[in-house]
Amino acid sequence: MPIETKEEFRPKIVAFCCNWCSYAGADLAGSSRLAYPADVKIIRVPCSCRVNPMFVLRAFEKGADGVILCGCHPGDCHYSTGNYYTRRRMTLLFSMLDYIGVENGRTRVEWVSAAEGVKFSATMNDFVAKIRTLGENVRLEDIRCKKQ
Amino acid sequence: MQEAMKECNPSVSSQILRERAGQLLTDGTVARVLAWKKGDLPHNPEPAFFDSAEALRDLTYDAFCGANLSKYMIEASKLEGKTLVFLKPCDTYSFNQLLKENRVDREKAYIIGIGCTGKLSGEKIRSLGIKAIETMEGAEEGMLCPGREDTETEDGRGAILTFQTLYGQKTCAYGDAMLERCHVCKGKEHKIYDELLGQSHDTKDAERFAEVERIEAMSPAERFAYFQSELSKCIRCNACRNVCPACSCRKCVFDSNKFDSAQKANADSFEEKMFHIIRAFHVAGRCTDCGECSRVCPQGIPLHLFNRKFIKDIDTLYGEYQAGDDAESKGPLTSFTFDDAEPGIVAERR
Repeated sequence: MPIETKEEFRPKIVAFCCNWCSYAGADLAGSSRLAYPADVKIIRVPCSCRVNPMFVLRAFEKGADGVILCGCHPGDCHYSTGNYYTRRRMTLLFSMLDYIGVENGRTRVEWVSAAEGVKFSATMNDFVAKIRTLGENVRLEDIRCKKQ
Repeated sequence: MQEAMKECNPSVSSQILRERAGQLLTDGTVARVLAWKKGDLPHNPEPAFFDSAEALRDLTYDAFCGANLSKYMIEASKLEGKTLVFLKPCDTYSFNQLLKENRVDREKAYIIGIGCTGKLSGEKIRSLGIKAIETMEGAEEGMLCPGREDTETEDGRGAILTFQTLYGQKTCAYGDAMLERCHVCKGKEHKIYDELLGQSHDTKDAERFAEVERIEAMSPAERFAYFQSELSKCIRCNACRNVCPACSCRKCVFDSNKFDSAQKANADSFEEKMFHIIRAFHVAGRCTDCGECSRVCPQGIPLHLFNRKFIKDIDTLYGEYQAGDDAESKGPLTSFTFDDAEPGIVAERR
């Protein structure tokens, strides 16, 4: 049997998850044995509003192929209003990325509560599939961050 | 002929500014004056502080005084005594915005709103092939400007400017030499002032978002190529950041030496993109669209296109908002409504 030499594209996905809802949602997905791709690397943040636009760009710089932000549903923020600010900021940032010609499927915001393990797993599966079709991120990466 | 024009349009000349500033300095109302002085070249007057009546003879105000003096008021607010500052109509928006953010002290400023009839861009004049300018006829403020009946040409491009250069006499139309921001003039109304001097003239002759819309209509690959080619010119001189009245943090994220974007990195084009996205994002919702970033860029990058994209998005998504219109209202990124659009709208709009 011939050995397949061509490696399958495994995207690097950074998921910023808020401590109070989405991170717990990810935990629930885990303890409920719901599968989602190992390509997703979760970074826990105190609130989705902690995510500075620079975090998103930095992730792309360091070689991420997609960045997803998960937070509490609007109205359910642990800090009352944090995710409302996130919503405005990220809308503007994503629109700007789209404007400079970066495919807009590479960024996403999803609201996942602590009880939505199923939604977390479904969202991640869907997002990874989307990034797989988009392929490697070449437009926002820094080649110096790549392994030679 | 010039004398005749002065009479028909009582414009605000350097001499009038010097006199008024002299009076206020001598009677002790103000401790210093913030205005413009002659630069190294006839077409680049530079902002300057004057602290005595004698020093005021260097004060100049002409059609090249595009520089927005609002940002200098941050430092002036820390000094003893009042500072007299001359602000053009569009500069007052920036001052208002700084006031809202508590970066300037209203009590420390004596604002004279001065007339503006559209400012010229040295860069544009150079691109028209007029180089090594020695003198310019009618550079004094308000002498020549578009829309004036006595100097208007038939094609509506404004009066004809005459330059004496090293290579002989050259001419161009005022409208072709104007700064980009004057083509989308915000109007002749001063938003904040203590007194007014001179008359202003609205020079708007283009649609503010036309260029942004043109880029939006391109395909993603074309847009990427466009910005790549524009931003690759960036030399990371930080002029756009330093001149911006909205960009006024004491410590800037780009100054950290832990941050590898602290200087120009030739190895990759990512640095420029990141710098310019973040620069524009940090002033989103606070940018008054004064156009200083594009004016000072030594590489001629149309930086206002980033800011204007944010303004356009804010206007369409969160309602029309003009930063600096007043000193009280909440900015679009420091407020929210319960039924704001979801970030997914970006993909849906395409």
